[in-house]
Amino acid sequence: MKTETGYVAGVNGNLIKVDFDGSVRKNEVGYILVDDKRLKGEVIRINNGEVSMQIYEMTDGIKVGDQVEFTGELMSVDLGPGLLTQVFDGLQNPLPVLAEQCGFFLDRGVYLNAIPDKDWDFTPVAKVGDRVKAGDTIGTVPEGLFTHHIMVPFILKGDWEVKDVKKAGKYNVHATIATIANDKGEEKDLTMIFTQPIKQAVKCYAERLRPTEPLVTKIRCIDSFLPVAKGGTFCTPGPFGAGKTVLQHMQAKNSDVDIVIVAACGERAGEVVEVLKEFPELTDPKTGRSLMERTIIICNTSSMPVAAREASCYTAVTLAEYYRQMGLDVLLLADSTSRWAQAMREMSGRLEEIPGEEAFPAYLESTIAAFYERAGKVRLNDGSLASITIGGTVSPAGGNFEEPVTQATLKVVGAFHGLARERSDARKYPAIHPVDSWSKYNGVVDMDLIERARGILIRSTEVNQMMKVVGEEGTSAEDYIIYQKGELLDSVYLQQNSFDPIDEACLPARQRREFGVLYDAMMKAYDLEDKTEIRAFFNQLRQEFLDWHGTVFESPEFFEQEKKITDFYMSKVID
Amino acid sequence: MQKVYTKIESIVGNVVTVRAPGVRNGDLALVGDSYANVIKLDKDMVSLQVFAGAQGVSTTDPVRFLGRPMMVSFSEHLLGRIFDGAGVPRDNGPALTENMIPIGGPSFNPAKRILPKKMIRTGIPMIDVFNTLVESQKLPIFSISGEPYNQLLSRIAMQAEVDVIILGGMGLKYDDYMEFRDTLEKGGAMSHTVMFIHTAADPIVECTLVPDMSLAVAEQFALEGKRVLVLLTDMTNFADAQKEMAITMEQVPSNRGYPGDLYSSLAARYEKAVDIEGAGSITILGVTTMPGDDVTHPVPDNTGYITEGQYYLKGGRIEPFGSLSRLKQNVNGKTRDDHRAVMDGMIRLYAQYKESLEKKSMGFLMTEWDDKLLKYGELFETKLMDLSVNIPLEDALDLGWQILAECFEPNETGMKTSLIKERWPNKDALN
Repeated sequence: MKTETGYVAGVNGNLIKVDFDGSVRKNEVGYILVDDKRLKGEVIRINNGEVSMQIYEMTDGIKVGDQVEFTGELMSVDLGPGLLTQVFDGLQNPLPVLAEQCGFFLDRGVYLNAIPDKDWDFTPVAKVGDRVKAGDTIGTVPEGLFTHHIMVPFILKGDWEVKDVKKAGKYNVHATIATIANDKGEEKDLTMIFTQPIKQAVKCYAERLRPTEPLVTKIRCIDSFLPVAKGGTFCTPGPFGAGKTVLQHMQAKNSDVDIVIVAACGERAGEVVEVLKEFPELTDPKTGRSLMERTIIICNTSSMPVAAREASCYTAVTLAEYYRQMGLDVLLLADSTSRWAQAMREMSGRLEEIPGEEAFPAYLESTIAAFYERAGKVRLNDGSLASITIGGTVSPAGGNFEEPVTQATLKVVGAFHGLARERSDARKYPAIHPVDSWSKYNGVVDMDLIERARGILIRSTEVNQMMKVVGEEGTSAEDYIIYQKGELLDSVYLQQNSFDPIDEACLPARQRREFGVLYDAMMKAYDLEDKTEIRAFFNQLRQEFLDWHGTVFESPEFFEQEKKITDFYMSKVID
Repeated sequence: MQKVYTKIESIVGNVVTVRAPGVRNGDLALVGDSYANVIKLDKDMVSLQVFAGAQGVSTTDPVRFLGRPMMVSFSEHLLGRIFDGAGVPRDNGPALTENMIPIGGPSFNPAKRILPKKMIRTGIPMIDVFNTLVESQKLPIFSISGEPYNQLLSRIAMQAEVDVIILGGMGLKYDDYMEFRDTLEKGGAMSHTVMFIHTAADPIVECTLVPDMSLAVAEQFALEGKRVLVLLTDMTNFADAQKEMAITMEQVPSNRGYPGDLYSSLAARYEKAVDIEGAGSITILGVTTMPGDDVTHPVPDNTGYITEGQYYLKGGRIEPFGSLSRLKQNVNGKTRDDHRAVMDGMIRLYAQYKESLEKKSMGFLMTEWDDKLLKYGELFETKLMDLSVNIPLEDALDLGWQILAECFEPNETGMKTSLIKERWPNKDALN
């Protein structure tokens, strides 16, 4: 590999200008040598023979004339066994290891190996003489719950022939486990680790499919009304305090996927600490193992350098693609994409680019679209199915969704879970607005029934608006019943008690069963005359439903309560 | 060897530019006799931000580079002292030069943080009972100008059980500064207080240094095992100072003239709040005035996304709605068994009181229940919400039960029966 050198010619915040001779690639990584430190940066523009680099660290102490080393390689991450359960910063530095080395603070210029140096039980899959290409499996190692595939690096082009592959046995992660060669006579030794540029989508699959299978989150409001599909995308915009992060943590805990990657991008460090301390204690109901065993956390909190924040989302999605290549379903949760967009805005400002709306760069939309498009359900070369689902929170300024990041995101996602201030103020969890939000995917319940139920909900909100003007006394009994039906749907189905051990996670079978009863109750006409009677009836019905949520699914109490509910409302039905 | 440069090429706003090779980004310099720091390098053109303002700076003033970044002295001697934003004493005491530490240091490793779990008692029921302040929390007071937020801050400073108080004043009115000083001196808290004060009359650049100075010192105290409370008032002035500097430097503004990195620069300060494993902690209580009582203004809006809740000061009271301490559930389960129940129950009833009040003002008929609520609301506001109330948490909880008993029957409160049996003041009413 060539290494070119250059010299610092200017410093403006975290943007450095560099004079160079020879050749420099756009987006290649370079290091600035300051005192005894090497500060990592990325070439983001080459203009009139001068390179502009964004530096992933604080730039204090850099002076004009400092040496810069270009590596010739694009910004990359290391991929290999041992990534699961780890906590990385945006540049894939393992934070706990960093803490052991540097103590309390994040010293700049310290870059550690992301992949732990250990031995793995290797089982070969490919045989000598096999033809392989990028993304094909050479062998496997057991990583926690999963069979981790050791693959041909994704960036290799063309067909390769396996010249040598090691026998089954224990090998160090850095040991050569296979040798491949191509027709041009190039030979490559493969270890269990390879690098992958983070800004290029991995496309080592046979075809991309339509996301159809629902991704179960065990949150009724999402699974039934605003579903997400495996391989789909969704966004969760909301003002501060509406519960974006809490909702994402619930999704990370309860989603029915193989691997969850949490990218804490420019948010509070305290929230990451909650995940760090909580997840190892929780068990995954599907596997009975610690939740942490299926989780990777990428953590670039708000006080860490801004350029690394931009990289953190790409780091996260590249790790997701790596595990997808092993035939797994991966869920990537990014919190928050607004901070990521703001990082782009800061850099664009320093580059003195012509600003777009609210000073965001003109390429905001295409960048957001390209990021979400890395989600998808695919058929891999070996025929197995795998997916990446991406969910991003958006933190719109002032809670107003008419801003560039929210709007650009809405254009490319398949589901929109808008959080509303008035719902969170009323302590309704989740605070997803049931009428304004939408989804293009199919859920766990028949969508026609859902549409009809939503129709009643919309009517109910209208009646409620009207009632604010004319008062309860000015509303007809018929309208009042519609209003109460909508309220019933909201309080017993759309809301969920996240502190209740049973109600916290509602399985699809239970959702279908409960919705069936609720739908039936909502579609009936009732023999109720005055408002007090109507209110008492619906209050009672609500109470019965809430008690039903507290019973274990398909236990005797469950069926008993179900019968109690049906008997209760059927007693008032007009035939 | 210090080289002196005497040819200033340009003076724009508070930024001067001089031709000087080999200068490091972020270094400190003297322009005339005023401090300045390097904010931009372009070949050998060095841009310096002059702390005292560039007014009166001449193109032939000498510029000396000190070869080190902005630093602040740290030692026990800081306690009881008052400095300005550049670290120069304001109290006629001697300048401190020992043990200099850099300001605006690196960020804390999240893997080394611990979950906050210690309550800070303030004696203010609206805080202790309803939105408990937790050690290592970062919490702003959202307020409009004219509200008694500085009085509230100094009261919390006086009463909070902490080892060190650091007051960072930005754009303070001189009277407010004097009031802070007098209150703390009178209350005997000055001996464990350090003040970094920028008044409205001082140069704008110094305003932007105050949080970094305060937090750098706080961090050192915390590493020594001290529980530090940092008070920052008013962060909107800090943001406005940043805006002013960004605009004069011709940066592209993002929202209402504020620079695009407003979120990052606020976060870098607030995120210094930390509970350190095996050492002390930093708690940050800030003031964010909201221009026009508009919570969607960029400064309160960005602050809300960073901090762990907010106290909403309105009409001289901490409003129960809009105020939020995100960390309260970490501590209020361990104070007294009725804490959470009283908190939820009383707020729920207070919300109903507000509805009744609205109904009343619209001329709707008042029921017996409405009258009970109206009585309750009034008692709640005078006995608990008033900022002059100063009682420990336990007394406040008892007072809460008393108010409930004065207004309602036990079964109207929505409290668990077991709690009512234990806590209801008038036991005869229970049978």
